[in-house]
Amino acid sequence: MSEPLRGVIVSHSAVAQALVSAVAAIAGVDGVLVPVSNEGCDGAALAERLREAVGRGPAVLFVDLPGGSCLTSSLRYAKQHADIAVVTGVNLAMLLDFVFHRDVPPAEAARRAADAGGKAIRVTAA
Amino acid sequence: MSIALYRIDDRLIHGQVVVGWGQPLDSAFIVLVDDEVRGSEWEQDLYRMGVPPQIEVVFASVEEAAERLPVWEADARVGILLVGDIDTAAALAARSDRVKRFNVGGIHHRAGRTERLRFVYLTDAEAAKLRELAARGVEVTAQDVPTARAVPLGEFT
Repeated sequence: MSEPLRGVIVSHSAVAQALVSAVAAIAGVDGVLVPVSNEGCDGAALAERLREAVGRGPAVLFVDLPGGSCLTSSLRYAKQHADIAVVTGVNLAMLLDFVFHRDVPPAEAARRAADAGGKAIRVTAA
Repeated sequence: MSIALYRIDDRLIHGQVVVGWGQPLDSAFIVLVDDEVRGSEWEQDLYRMGVPPQIEVVFASVEEAAERLPVWEADARVGILLVGDIDTAAALAARSDRVKRFNVGGIHHRAGRTERLRFVYLTDAEAAKLRELAARGVEVTAQDVPTARAVPLGEFT
């Protein structure tokens, strides 16, 4: 890999920005995650925001919901660009794992992140 | 119950439609009218991903939609009909007098458009097309979610 992966969080409203801030506060890692909101965007505008956020390198797109405009735009982008993987159901746990495990291909990073995020979802006793 | 919502929304099937409108309407089917999506299995799969399995999604061209509107209107279930732009809405209304209303749910910013409402941006030409639609007897209002006020056409064009 010539350069480490970037993570792009694609969400409704300000969820993405909030997750970026939370990761920075917890892990002390800046500049790895880029927030993209669909606020005020049609498909073309969201695609442009994605293009700017991803830049030239490989990336994993972390999408909030497994459907809707954030996902459809992300999958269209991934279809047209190499080295892009898409994960849905973004949560803080998967992002915290991702920022420390970026020296792998996008698909592998996406699988690892999805696994970490899924393990964080539990029903706990009071 | 038939088609409870005729909506213009440039995001087509997304959370506001499926959850915001679909839940309170108890919608059982969504008709997506778009010639391009109708011709692409990949695009159709993409839009199906955002819809719970209990909701049927029908993809139709404008011509097909005009033909099948009587069937959907006679359906005992509640449906939502979506188009992605004003031209498609106008084309459908021109082919079927069953189209009596359109909800402008989301037309976002692009070059040349100006903000009319927080979720509606229009060029002057697009505003004129909506007025033409209304002049043909179609009630046009703007409303992003059911809990919001339905804004009459005269207030945003």
